[in-house]
Amino acid sequence: MSQTWTTHPSQALLRVAERGAKRSRSTGRRRLVLISGLVMLGIAIAAILAAPLLAGKSPTALDVLHPLAPPLTPGHLLGTDQYGRDILARILYGGRIDLAIAFGATSVTLVSGTIVGLVAGYFGGWVDNLLMRIVDLFFAFPFLVLIIAIIAMLGPSIFNMFVAIWITSWVSYARIMRAQTVVAKKQQYVLAARTLGYGRVRVMLRHILPNTASAVIIFSMVDAVGNIILAASLGFLGLGAQPPTPEWGTMISDGQNYILSSWWLATLPGLAIVFVGVAFSLIGDGLADVLRPGER
Amino acid sequence: MSVAAEPLLTVEDLHTYLATGQGVVRAVDGVSFTLGQAEVLGIVGESGCGKTVTCRTIMGLTPRRIAYSSGQVIYHPWGDGNILDLSQRELQKLRGTHLAMIFQDPMTALNPVRSIGDQLIEAVTAHARLPRAQARDRAIDLLTTVGIPAADRRMRDYPFQFSGGMLQRALIAIALASSPRLLLADEPTTSLDVIIQDQILSLLLELQRDTGMSMILVSHDLAVITEVCDRVIVMYGGQVVEEGDTATIITAPSHPYTKALLEALPQGGHRGPLRSIPGAPPSLIDTPAGCRFVPRCPLAMHECTGWTTELVETGGPGHRARCWRHHEVGRTTAWQASDSA
Amino acid sequence: MSRFGTLPRRLGHLVLIAFGITLVTFFLLRLIPGDPALAILGTSYTHQRAVAIDLALGLNKPIWTQYVLFMGRLFRGDLGYSFFYSEPATTVIGQHLAPTVFLVIYAAVLAAAISLPLGFVSGLRRGGVVDQSARVFFTVSFAMPAFWLGIILLIVFSVHLQVFPISGFGAGFAGHLYYLFLPALTIAVGFSTVLIRSLRAATIATLQAEFVDTARMKGISRAKVLRRHVFRNAVLAVVAVFGVNLAYLISGTVLVENVFSLPGLGSLLVNSVSNRDYPVVQGVTLLFALLIVAINLLTDVTQSALDPRVGQEIGE
Repeated sequence: MSQTWTTHPSQALLRVAERGAKRSRSTGRRRLVLISGLVMLGIAIAAILAAPLLAGKSPTALDVLHPLAPPLTPGHLLGTDQYGRDILARILYGGRIDLAIAFGATSVTLVSGTIVGLVAGYFGGWVDNLLMRIVDLFFAFPFLVLIIAIIAMLGPSIFNMFVAIWITSWVSYARIMRAQTVVAKKQQYVLAARTLGYGRVRVMLRHILPNTASAVIIFSMVDAVGNIILAASLGFLGLGAQPPTPEWGTMISDGQNYILSSWWLATLPGLAIVFVGVAFSLIGDGLADVLRPGER
Repeated sequence: MSVAAEPLLTVEDLHTYLATGQGVVRAVDGVSFTLGQAEVLGIVGESGCGKTVTCRTIMGLTPRRIAYSSGQVIYHPWGDGNILDLSQRELQKLRGTHLAMIFQDPMTALNPVRSIGDQLIEAVTAHARLPRAQARDRAIDLLTTVGIPAADRRMRDYPFQFSGGMLQRALIAIALASSPRLLLADEPTTSLDVIIQDQILSLLLELQRDTGMSMILVSHDLAVITEVCDRVIVMYGGQVVEEGDTATIITAPSHPYTKALLEALPQGGHRGPLRSIPGAPPSLIDTPAGCRFVPRCPLAMHECTGWTTELVETGGPGHRARCWRHHEVGRTTAWQASDSA
Repeated sequence: MSRFGTLPRRLGHLVLIAFGITLVTFFLLRLIPGDPALAILGTSYTHQRAVAIDLALGLNKPIWTQYVLFMGRLFRGDLGYSFFYSEPATTVIGQHLAPTVFLVIYAAVLAAAISLPLGFVSGLRRGGVVDQSARVFFTVSFAMPAFWLGIILLIVFSVHLQVFPISGFGAGFAGHLYYLFLPALTIAVGFSTVLIRSLRAATIATLQAEFVDTARMKGISRAKVLRRHVFRNAVLAVVAVFGVNLAYLISGTVLVENVFSLPGLGSLLVNSVSNRDYPVVQGVTLLFALLIVAINLLTDVTQSALDPRVGQEIGE
């Protein structure tokens, strides 16, 4: 063939294909998802911690001269509610409860559910059977209804909201972790560790857990979104934070009475929820790409 | 039979590159061959050498998102155009009636939630407007032809109710539903029991003789290929390394890889340990220049690396090999030596 | 082998679960700290009423005897007496059943209507416009509380555009359809988040299946390949997801009924919690749980009816 190397059609093809391969790799974009999620969450946390500085007023201070002031009113960037309380201040302070739930409730259920799943999957037999039947039982209830029923019995309060989530929410982690453990148990590295005579606890914690934790960690981000929405929902139903404590859900609930005239009362706190929720979702998606590449 | 006078399919400098997350896989890297009317051509090579991708490229069934092809595939009854350039709609006319393919794993090659009869009737009516009853009769005929007993009763069955061998027969029936002139059979017997393998092979050969269609049989098993094919192409690392008629390939292999494949065959009567080819097939990502078999080749010399090797005529009719030392291949006993070590 | 091979076993499993549900709901009532009669009566406490409750619930008996009594009453359809409504709890619950059932079915249908096309097209054209928009849609709607979305829809469509009513259940079937459109849409948006994601994944997986190549090899049109082999199989794979996530739908109704002031079980549950009307809370919880069990059973049956393989894997 008279063609030289540089003009051979396969070289052009190679260049096109390489561009395609780069696109399918796109590690850069995956990282970007994770980073933008982290940045958004960082902004939210910083704003909530710096609430006294940013808002400049108390979330419960009444400005009786300016009730139901619309956003961009001087002195009230996001307006005021029916008592003239500053919406910005209430959103910033209120976020403390919702984020506390996101971290406090999620971390506890992550740890407890992971342990249950690990034990069930590793030991198998009747232990596994018993634990998984309990898990099935929890899944038989609509999650929110079960939480409401528990809160009904304990009485509505922020602490009881935590308790209700702790009681119910570990089951998802247990189920995911068990599935992972059952698979990992049969892998070479675990068999090797067991052959070497390592104790059960050591095999579970040092060999199985590090190789399976990514699934529950990724799920915990989804769960955190769920818990924020749950906290807001219970607040909305009057079963979580109690007035006058500012909390996003209770603010929306209060604002619903004024939707005919003052739309900002109910809508703005919801945007805060969406912002934080999207942050956690993006972190979850980003982690999924980084921790287990090649699964999508 | 040597190279048939009248060509049916000409493949010229075919490249198919797959853009994967790990990099560009040069799955098919400059493959050329010609297939005659009513000829049975075998393509042999280890898994991952580009046999399947070659067939899929001819059928236009490579994954569109990641596969990039160049070169010429000319299907002569369709004119001199390159069928790689055909639109999906034009290709659709070609599929079934002219080109058909059987896939490797019959267990996954049929839709699990639709009945066998349904899927067969779909193939029968793809190119022919037939009344339902007539299509059904034709489908039953086809199932009977491929050797499925009580065909009319098995039409209602679902794939999971069929054994692997039966499924492969059903797939052959589907492939032949519109009387194609070229059948690509991609490892049609690999996932089947040995006895079933022979039955399926004889069925394919019988159908080929009856219909006069051409066939490309792809296999990693040289024994299967030599049993059935008129001519053989040996592929390695996305390239053709040797081609010739079956008798020549068996008696006078001119590429060390072909020789190795022959050595790896269990010898009749000779109950020695099975020989395998030392080393692993090359990664097709970032393939270095030069002969791709070098790392596993007992005849490799300094000149084999560095620049590309071409297919060269060995002297036999239509016999070519991609090796500088092709005339020495027949004499070497390197594998026997390395085996006893 | 029967077409419903594993169903009897699944049925046994469900009976076990239903039994567990009664256990949980029974002991939930016993979680109340202190004197249950006092907690139940709250401000309407009188000594006579307390004694009546003690007797009615058998609170003076050992706990397991109480459970047996509870089960006995349950089988007779007796969930206790609502002191708030001065009626048997079953009657109260029965009065609130219709809006919830209507809403759940309506939302499920809407969710399917939204997610089937969106999920399928985004799986088919990965990275395309629909896929990108669907991705934004489910990332945002996943983080969106259902009750807030409901309020936004109210503000836009009822307050400003005034095309839908603010609250109420409406009269007649058409009236229900009209009045419940916004509530059903609210729930459907949240629900379709999950459905779009899984249908997208199922479509992508199905497209890579070898039987799709077999279908294309026959020379039938792309539309036929997609309709008969890709769509059908992908939807089948999502039926299970649909069933499992109906629990989400029920949680959604609890919130959305409160937003739109619908006289359904969700409003009843929340009001009963505030009113300390424990027999009703217990009854609604039990009913919702049994509803989920029933839906799971229905999902199994649907799946085995649609998918010839289900229930056949035992022999392997």
